[in-house]
Amino acid sequence: MEKLLEVRDLEVSFLTYGGEVQAVRGVSFDLHRGETLAIVGESGCGKSVTANSIMRLIPQPPGRITNGTIQFKDKELITLPENQMRKIRGVDISMIFQDPMTALNPTLTVGNQLTEGLKQHTSVSAKQAKQKAVELLDLVGIPNPEERLSLYPHQFSGGMRQRIVIAMALICEPELLIADEPTTALDVTIQAQILELFERIQEQTGVAIILITHDLGVVAKIADRIAVMYAGKIIEVGTKKEIFYQSQHPYTKGLLNSVPRLDRREGKLIPIDGTPPDLFSPPAGCPFTARCPKAMEVCDRVYPLETKLSSTHEVECWLQDERANKLLASK
Amino acid sequence: MTKYIIKRFLIMIGTVLIIATLTFFLMHAIPGSPFNEERNSNEVVQANLEAHYHLNEPLFIQYLIYLKSIATLDFGPSIKHPTQTVNDLLGRGFPISFELGIVTILVAVISGIILGVLAALKHNGIIDYLAMTIAVLGISIPNFVLATLLIQKLAVDWDIFPAATWSSPLHMVLPTLALATGPMAIIARLTRSSMLEVLTQDYIKTARAKGLMPYKIIIKHALKNALMPVVTILGTLLAGILTGTFVIEKIFAIPGMGRYFIESINQRDYPVIMGTTVFYSFFLVFMLFLVDIAYGLLDPRIKMHKKEGE
Ligand SMILES: Nc1ncnc2c1ncn2[C@@H]1O[C@H](COP(=O)(O)OP(=O)(O)OP(=O)(O)O)[C@@H](O)[C@H]1O
Ligand code: SF4
Ligand SMILES: [Mg+2]
Repeated sequence: MEKLLEVRDLEVSFLTYGGEVQAVRGVSFDLHRGETLAIVGESGCGKSVTANSIMRLIPQPPGRITNGTIQFKDKELITLPENQMRKIRGVDISMIFQDPMTALNPTLTVGNQLTEGLKQHTSVSAKQAKQKAVELLDLVGIPNPEERLSLYPHQFSGGMRQRIVIAMALICEPELLIADEPTTALDVTIQAQILELFERIQEQTGVAIILITHDLGVVAKIADRIAVMYAGKIIEVGTKKEIFYQSQHPYTKGLLNSVPRLDRREGKLIPIDGTPPDLFSPPAGCPFTARCPKAMEVCDRVYPLETKLSSTHEVECWLQDERANKLLASK
Repeated sequence: MTKYIIKRFLIMIGTVLIIATLTFFLMHAIPGSPFNEERNSNEVVQANLEAHYHLNEPLFIQYLIYLKSIATLDFGPSIKHPTQTVNDLLGRGFPISFELGIVTILVAVISGIILGVLAALKHNGIIDYLAMTIAVLGISIPNFVLATLLIQKLAVDWDIFPAATWSSPLHMVLPTLALATGPMAIIARLTRSSMLEVLTQDYIKTARAKGLMPYKIIIKHALKNALMPVVTILGTLLAGILTGTFVIEKIFAIPGMGRYFIESINQRDYPVIMGTTVFYSFFLVFMLFLVDIAYGLLDPRIKMHKKEGE
């Protein structure tokens, strides 16, 4: 499969009054055309910052991308001038945010908000833009789309609004859709409907999706691959199967044990004790050490190297690395 | 919509009636009468005059006569200037006051919004501090003090603008400046804080994620929402500007309504007091009504008519 996006060694910090927050600390991953990659992890681990970096929507200041490359097709996004980046946003890469109740402007009609991106980026007539909007509302499952165009966001329910937001993101036919917790603010039945919608859209348009969530249930449903983030790093990445059935990182295992699963008899849920490290001064070694049941002496001192378990499965944990003992011996 | 307008209109009439009634009784509660100044008219003349203006009737009868004059919109002649009716005075003075008021509100709104938006966009930058310093000064200096300062500096010392009267656009500069600075400062501060809040909203992020041009994000998405609180206080500011015109007209010797209004109170010129008060309260209430309509147009969530249904 053709590579669409390649993120390498991405580092992002925020300069705050309390000091420099190292929100993303060397994230690398690839994404292929038509693929769905889920990024999972606890609150504050840097998922949104990673996503916003791809869109170059990090507020600057206080934010700053301090290192790394983001290659999208033939373009390097981090160094791309802002006026060219604007031509990528909403056109090649679209983004959906968490809360559909606030993601739409309350004072503009849905039709206006749906078509404004299309009008900005292409030379379509108002009539064509409207037609395209109707088409998309139909695609995302909104009945009577023509009549709905002149309504305002408050006249729709939360689920309907999220459908509108998705239609809006798709209107310029992007190749990559980044969805930052698109179902978190919705109730469970609506969540399922929206996830089905994502699946259907992907089948019909072939768009690649980066799905950010902390809900492994969501991931199980639609992801092809999963990247697990912890304290600004991707600590394990693999196919859905590899992560769900052969995960090797203690943090990933902990995450899986903390959610209910149908495929396990003893239904006891075990939360992970403790909290992630402070990102003002992240530890030099494995950031999970303080919470890890398997932690060794080396873990605290040296950051674990990446271990390739298969062509798709990579993990950063000393348990998987026979060099751990050697390193310890040499110290 | 029509139902709403009719309802609002009735409320407006009610409000004006209440104001008119209060004014009437307050006015008669002030000691003195139009005729008992140190003038040495004899008692018969005095009694005749009072009878002519119905001042000898019981207060309640006077009140009814007064209500009738409101209903017919004819307040009769002024007591102090018997050759002129109250309507004459209004017809002559009000257009000038209106001009001063309108120019002031336009200047205040436009410059206030621009200042506020610039301050918000350059948040914590030099423009922001400068704009907010101007705003704080503008809010804390009363308009009559500012008027005096402006006359002293710009008219007397540097001779750039004429110091008084209302005969050319150049004459309008100082009075407008004196009257507009306060409201402008209030609008600037409000616009700034409301703009700063709106800029953090998710829909602004959505707009940026669509790759819209920055000016479009600011004008179409941010400003429209940020202006709502500004529209809300517009009514209060209008009332302030209205009363402000009386003071400013006096300082700059502008032949607007202000002079008649103040004179009429000092001289107990009852018909003029009543006429101007009723006229001005109706005007203000009508302006507030327009503000409400504008608010409804800005924010579709405010329903002025029956639900459209989803
Ligand atoms: N604008 C900002 N200013 C300062 N710090 C920020 C800013 N945005 C993010 N951060 C910091 O970066 C870190 C990562 O935040 P991020 O929003 O990426 O977390 P997340 O994984 O998306 O969490 P959540 O599940 O809560 O959305 C956090 O520690 C946060 O405090
Ligand atoms: S490196 Fe050490 S502390 Fe970190 S997850 Fe692996 S075993 Fe636990
Ligand atoms: Mg987030």
